[in-house]
Parts: sequence; C-alpha cells; structure tokens
Amino acid sequence: MPALSSKKAPQPAATNPAAIRNFCIIAHIDHGKSTLADRMLQITEVVDARNMRDQYLDRMDIERERGITIKSQAVRLPWRSGIDGQEYILNMIDTPGHVDFTYEVSRSLAACEGALLLVDAAQGIEAQTLANLYLAMENNLTIIPVLNKIDLPAAQPDKFAAELAKLIGCDPSDCLRVSGKTGEGVRELLDQIVKDIPPPIGDANKPARALIFDSVYDTYRGVVTYVRVVDGKLSPRDTIQMLSTGVKHEMLEVGVISPEPMASNGLGVGEVGYLITGVKDVRQSRVGDTVTTFNKPAKEPLAGYKDPKPMVFSGLYPIDGDEYPVLRDALEKLQLNDAALVYEPETSAALGFGFRCGFLGLLHMEIVRERLEREFNLSLISTAPNVVYRVTTDDGKELVVTNPSEYPAGKIASVYEPVVRATVLSPSEFIGTIMELCQQRRGVLLGMDYLSEDRVEIRYKLPLAEIVFDFFDQLKSRTRGYASLDYEPTGEEEGDLVKVDILLQGDTVDAFSAIVHREKAYPYGVSMTQKLRELIPRQQFEVPIQAAIGAKIIARENIRAIRKDVLAKCYGGDITRKRKLLEKQKEGKKRMKMVGRVEVPQEAFIAALSTNSEGEKAKAKR
Amino acid sequence: MKLSFYIHIPYCIKRCGYCDFNTYTPAELGQGEVARSEISSRYMAAVAQEILRAADQFDSSQMPEVPTIFFGGGTPSLMDPHDIAATIEKIDEVFSLSEQCEITLEANPDTLDERNVAGFAAAGINRISLGVQSANQKVLATLDRTHKSSNVTRALDLAVSNGIQGRSIDLIYGTPGESVADLEESLDFALSLPIDHISAYALIVESGTRLARQVDSGEIASPDDDEMAEKYRIIDERLEQAGFDWYELSNWARSAGARSRHNQVYWNGGNWWGVGPGAHSHLDGRRWWNIKNPISYMNALKEKSTIIAGEETLDESAKHDERIMLGIRLREGIARSELSTKQEEVVSKYLLSMDVDERAWSEGRLTLTLSGRLIADRIVRDLVL
Repeated sequence: MPALSSKKAPQPAATNPAAIRNFCIIAHIDHGKSTLADRMLQITEVVDARNMRDQYLDRMDIERERGITIKSQAVRLPWRSGIDGQEYILNMIDTPGHVDFTYEVSRSLAACEGALLLVDAAQGIEAQTLANLYLAMENNLTIIPVLNKIDLPAAQPDKFAAELAKLIGCDPSDCLRVSGKTGEGVRELLDQIVKDIPPPIGDANKPARALIFDSVYDTYRGVVTYVRVVDGKLSPRDTIQMLSTGVKHEMLEVGVISPEPMASNGLGVGEVGYLITGVKDVRQSRVGDTVTTFNKPAKEPLAGYKDPKPMVFSGLYPIDGDEYPVLRDALEKLQLNDAALVYEPETSAALGFGFRCGFLGLLHMEIVRERLEREFNLSLISTAPNVVYRVTTDDGKELVVTNPSEYPAGKIASVYEPVVRATVLSPSEFIGTIMELCQQRRGVLLGMDYLSEDRVEIRYKLPLAEIVFDFFDQLKSRTRGYASLDYEPTGEEEGDLVKVDILLQGDTVDAFSAIVHREKAYPYGVSMTQKLRELIPRQQFEVPIQAAIGAKIIARENIRAIRKDVLAKCYGGDITRKRKLLEKQKEGKKRMKMVGRVEVPQEAFIAALSTNSEGEKAKAKR
Repeated sequence: MKLSFYIHIPYCIKRCGYCDFNTYTPAELGQGEVARSEISSRYMAAVAQEILRAADQFDSSQMPEVPTIFFGGGTPSLMDPHDIAATIEKIDEVFSLSEQCEITLEANPDTLDERNVAGFAAAGINRISLGVQSANQKVLATLDRTHKSSNVTRALDLAVSNGIQGRSIDLIYGTPGESVADLEESLDFALSLPIDHISAYALIVESGTRLARQVDSGEIASPDDDEMAEKYRIIDERLEQAGFDWYELSNWARSAGARSRHNQVYWNGGNWWGVGPGAHSHLDGRRWWNIKNPISYMNALKEKSTIIAGEETLDESAKHDERIMLGIRLREGIARSELSTKQEEVVSKYLLSMDVDERAWSEGRLTLTLSGRLIADRIVRDLVL
C-alpha cells in the first residue's frame, strides 16, 4: 500500500534526474543490512507500521532464515531532505552479499552512483565486504562508510571507524554511526546520501539504454526484469529489444517497487524500476544486458555483459530413483530464475540417474540443493564438488572434464585446473595457522597487509579445487570462526593431478572417483577406504575396498564377512517388537543401493561424499 | 479350540544388570516392608481376576482346552506354592486342562528348597526351567547372579525326587570377559545335570540396563559378534554330541517329547493368554499387551477398568511375515509351498552359500544349516523386504 508521502513526491517517468540518488549497500551477511533497510522503509513512510515485518525485502524463506540476500532488488524511497527541505527519490538497490554472486554484485554496482559501506561496529569488515568495496571503488562509486549496530554493548565504533577510514582514505569522523535496530542515525544517513551521492547523468533525448541488473521469475507474472535507465525513456507501449541477442519483446508493464510493485507511465533517465514482458525464462533477460526500444534502438550496449560461468560441479541424484522426473522438473523451474545454474543428465553406476550441475561457487551449490529439497520436497545425494579440468592427452586431444569419472584413463600430456586469488581477513593471531592451511592446500602467498593493529589481510593464490574441498570449514575451525574468505578466479594453471578410483570388490564406484594432486592421492585413498570400511555394513562375504590410480592399488581395507546376524531370543512378547523392527527395515531397504553384489546404505554415500565435518555428523547419527 | 496360558510373575529379589524384563524388587514397588507370602497372595489374587476376565471372552459352551501353562518372570519360584496351585486350579476350573497339560515354572536355583519344590510338584508343576546362565563364578558376577553351582545340582535333584519330569536350564553365552574355556566349563557342568532340555541365549546388551551403561562408559567391553558366532558353534556341537538336538535356534532337547510345548505355541502362531503386567497375548491374529507396571495393573483390575496397554490386528501380509520370521528359526522350518517365486529366488542364493539345507529344500522345506541359523535375521529380511 503506497504511503501518503509518495503522492506529493516526484512520480516515475516525471522525475528530474537531479532529484534522484541511486545507491546500494555493501555489507557482510549478518552485519544488519536487512534491518537497516527495514528502518529506511519505515522512516520514508513507504511501509506503515501495520504492514511492517522483519526483513521486509527478503522474499524467499531461505533468505529470511539464513539472513542472506540471494537475489537483488530495488526500492524507490521518496525522501524530503532534512538539509534543504527538497523532495528526492532514493533508489536503494539491494545486492547479494556473497562471493559466488560477484558478477551480480558488479551489475548492481553499475546501476548506482554511490554505495553505503555497512559494517558491524562489533565485528569490523569482512573479506567479502572488502572485495565488494574494491569493486565499488573500481566503478567510481561514492562510498559512505557506515557503522551499524552501535547499540550493541560489544560495539567498538572508534576502532572500526579508524579501520574503515584507512581502507577508503577518509577521516574516521566521516563514518556515520547508526543502529538499524533502534533507528538511531538513519535519518541523518538518508540526508547524507542526498548530500554526498551524485545524481545520475544521462541524455533523455538519446535512444533508450537501460542496464539489466536483476531478473527474477515470478509464478504469476513471468520474468520480472530490474533495470536502471541510463539514456532515453522506457514507456509502457514500447517494444523492447535486448542488445546482446536482438530479441524483441512486447512490454506488458513497466513500474517501480515502493516497496510493492506499482505500474507507472514509464522510466526516465536515472530511474530504477522493473519491466514485465511475458518472458518465461530468465535466460532471455540476462543480468548485464542492455535494453533498448525496437523503434529507436541504441547502437552501443552499456559496458559489462558477460555470461556467468559455472566454476564448481557436482552430481545431484534423487535418493529414491523414482523421483528422477521430479528432480528434472525442479531443476527446470529453478533455472527459470537462475541463469547461472547449468545442468545435464548423467548416469552413475552407483547412484543411478541424476544430473551433473554447474554452480558459481559453493554457496550457490548449497542454496540450489537446499531449494530443491525444500521447495520440491526432494531427498538428494550430491557427489563431492569438483572443478573443471582441461586435459590434453598424449595424442594431442583436448577435453574438458567436469566429472571425475570422465577423466581419461590413457596417457595424459597435461592437465590445467582453475586457480583463484583468495583473500583472508583475520585477527593477526591466526596468521600462522592460516598460512599453514594455505600451504597445505598448495597455496602461493601473494601478500599480506595489516588493516589495523590486530587485523590482517592475507592474499594467496590457490587452486580452486582446494577451496571447494572443505577449505572454508577448515579456515573457520582453525580461527574459531574469526577469519573470513573471499576469492576470485584468476585463470588456470597446470597441475600434477591424478584420478583416484575407489573399488568395492574390484568394481570401480564412479561416485567416489576424485581428481587430486599426486601428493595427496595416497592420504585421500587411505582416508576414503577407511571411511567406507566404517560406513558399509558387513556382508555375507568379504568385501575388499581399494583405492587405485589407474591399475595401481594405493590403499586397501577389508570388510570382513558377517558371521552372526540373529537375535537369540524370540518369545511371546518379542514377536510384535521383532515384526515392527522388520517393518521399519523395509523402509531402510529402499535406501540401500546395490554396488555389484554389495549392499551400500544411502547414509554411507552421503557420509563418504561429504566433507569431514559433515561425515562425522552422519556417523554420529548412526 | 486350544488356549495356552502365560502367567507373568513380575518380582525379583534383586535386579540383574543385564536384565530388561518387566520385573521389580518389592522395594521398587514400595512393598519393601510387605512379607513375601503377602506379596504372593495379593498378586496371585489379581492373576485369578484376569483369568476370570479371560473366561468372559469365550462362549461358556465352547471354553477352550488348555494344553500348556507357563509361569515366567521375574522369579516365579518366589511365589508361594499354594498360590501357584490355586492359579492352576482356577484355570482348570473355568477352562479345562488337557490330559497331558505341560505346566512349567521358571526358577532361580537359590530360591528352591525341599519344601517349596514339593509344593510346586503337588500343585501340578511338571516342568521346571532353571536360570543357570553359567557355571563360572567370574561370569556369574558380571551378570549379577549370586547362585552357587551346588544349588543348581541340589535344585534339580529335588525336582527329580519330587517327580518333576521336565527339567531344563537356561545358559547365557558371550558375557563380556567369558573365555571359550569358561563356556566349556558351563557346558561340562550343564551336561552333568539331570536335564532333558537346554536354552542357550547370546547376551544382548539391552538399552536402559546397568550393563548398557557399563558398556557405554567403557567399563565393560561390548560383546563381539564374531565371538558370539564361534560360541554358538561350540554350544551346538557339544550339545548335539551329547544327544541334545536343536529344535529352535536357541533351544535343544534330548527327545521330541522333551521340547517345550509352550514355547512352540508362540513359534507356531498358536493362541495364548498372557496374564499379568506387561504380558502379551495372541488370539486368532489379534495381539495385545497389558499395562506394564504391576501396581497400575492391579489397580486397574480392582477398578474394573481395562488392563490392556496396546493391541494390533494382523493383516495377511503381517501374518505371512511372522510365519517366516518365526518358522525359519525352527528345525521344521517353513513349507516351500508358503513361499512366492521371488522368495524362492532369494532362497537359491542361500542354497549356494550353504546357509539353507539343500536336502530339506529338495524335500519341500526351507530349513537353515548351522551357518544359516547364525544369519537367520538377515535371511528373513531378504525374504520379506
């Protein structure tokens, strides 16, 4: 329901660019961005108290629960400046807070002239925030440093103001101090936005050009595309065109979000809003693309469009093979809303029918999996995540490997693997342990800087494969949760890599094959065979478990044949109990997979494929 | 129609660390100060009441005949022989005992003396089942058992002299710390006794028992399955040599006549009425079980309210599962005609591994070999899942 103040405020398509301020908020997960946004909605009176709810702008359950924003969006906030008494339009563009979505973040930044750098006054800046801050500075955005949660007893605003000042080159006194929770300092912050952030500049008479910074699939409306108009104007009756593909769409609706969608007469220079064209698939309306009009098309696209490229791959399999069609439909639906998700069918001898899926990173993978399980009620097994390898064989053939079981068996001339530049921010007491971890993971130190007396930024070049394998868990546990991590892909490098196969009774179990560094092959083989010996119940016959590189066995364990599987007693009172147990086991039986002659419980796959900490949890449950 | 009776006696002088049966010391029931004879008469009066309730379930013109009665526990030998006699009379009065009715009493060797053995025999007890468990003092101590072997010998001699024809003992194997030599000692002792029946059970660490806590804390090592299998083989070999044939997985008898007819009622899907707290009953595909706590049970009887805690009616598939589950444990096994084609395929796998007796199979019955008996539960899962 639109608030009263918006009636007097400048209307969409009729707003002087000089009265517009476009900004985003750069913040780490749980530094209070959503709460601050809630206060802004209230103070600008676009949401009244009656309709207010926590984390108003987070739409998905999973966003609210995890306190993170997965997709960005934009809200139009009318504001009468406390300084000059004039009416302004503030467009707040929400950005995802995670490294996996760097590309989406960069597009959100490209739609703004300014950014709030929001930092928890009790915790200080985190690695991902720093990465996004640098991104904003590269985009020449005006940065307003803000310390949030000053109401907390543990807040150290002076300390972290000094840290921020050093990072962005301002005076510590320039850092605003607010509390999203109590609302303290939020009015001043809105005034500061008007004062510091420059208005958008564009040419209203040129052909229309608008940057797509987000694209969301809505069950009722189809794809909703969020744009920032740079030049010209978009009107409700326009036929629009995507500059990258030349594809045309009839405009069904154009409008602004404030904070509910409101159709408007169009969007003018500098304005931020949404378009609906009836398109059903976000891949036809991609983030970073430029929208123009068919009648008066622009020639030059706005800078920056690129295809999101999956970096991490994993096989997803339904635990119940009958659910394969459900999984297929679910992935199709998720892809409508997630242009970065790629998948193709694959078959595993051990796990049956499933899909090899590509993700932007580990969080992206986790979120997709969680959404599949939650929104589509699926139970899934995912194989250990791996990266993309480029392999050249001795006979000069080159192939791209996204699944370890497809790694060529023959002679290999060279293998290239993706590497990243990783940034770790941490209290300085953990420097030693962090460096030790990075060295173990084949890291090369790039540099180290002190952010303040006791906080340090460490930069490493690391193979991405090392990061996808429980690096983050290890980093967190070794630094008691204090260290934060960010990484960006920087290309690929040759690696001394081998494929380790795991064999049960002499048969390779494809789901357990992994590509690892030669020096780690032996420890990997030993730990995997030991893990499986613990996880696979004894069978009627002896089951050898082996780890092998090609034909060479590098580790071996044995599951001895079972000799006793019977309860000695079965009298009157035991009969019901025993039969009920049998009925329960009928359920468990469905969860057994046959690998050759060996019965392997689903739990064994899950535990063996998960990283160590998860595996321990699964074991504890048994 | 036939109806067996199981009479549960929920009392013990002390609770053994491994035991999870529904039994209590008088102190646990707040009856610490009450004389044993008083506990016996009060409790057996309640039993009589339930027997009357059972009688109400049947048409008086078609009262079932009672082929077996089994006093189990707990420690039934703690009850006064007069009360046992009255119970048997009550059953005979409202139902009627078969001519050769088998009436078994479970007994703790320490509780038997000349006087009560004579009394039990006079009451009609014609089969006695002694909880011997082991002949090794170290093993007995781990099990919290206090009796001396000499008490066992004396108790059985008393049974012989009082004309109690059926004499059986229970053994427990696989107690933590029990060596193969300790087991052999128990077997030597057992085979020296005047008995015609032996039940031997692998020790199971039941959750909630003191033994389970000791195993969890690491104070006592958990029993090992491979060792259990080895000991079962030793027991079976020794008993067969001595002329005891297995007729159920954990039961051996000197002759077909020495088998426990009462227990065969359970395994063959027969009807029985379980009297007493926590007792289970089965009547034509319906199973039910009583309130577990003896005091609540007695109060419910007094207040004429229900004593049933739960029940289930078996559908055809549950009945079939039970027939497989129970029948496979018997020497007679299961008729091949009871199995589906799919189940026959499962059996063929176990014929190859020699867990199923090939000759019996060719003669139309599914019977397990020694190695098969040791994995009977696995074979059942394979057959019914």
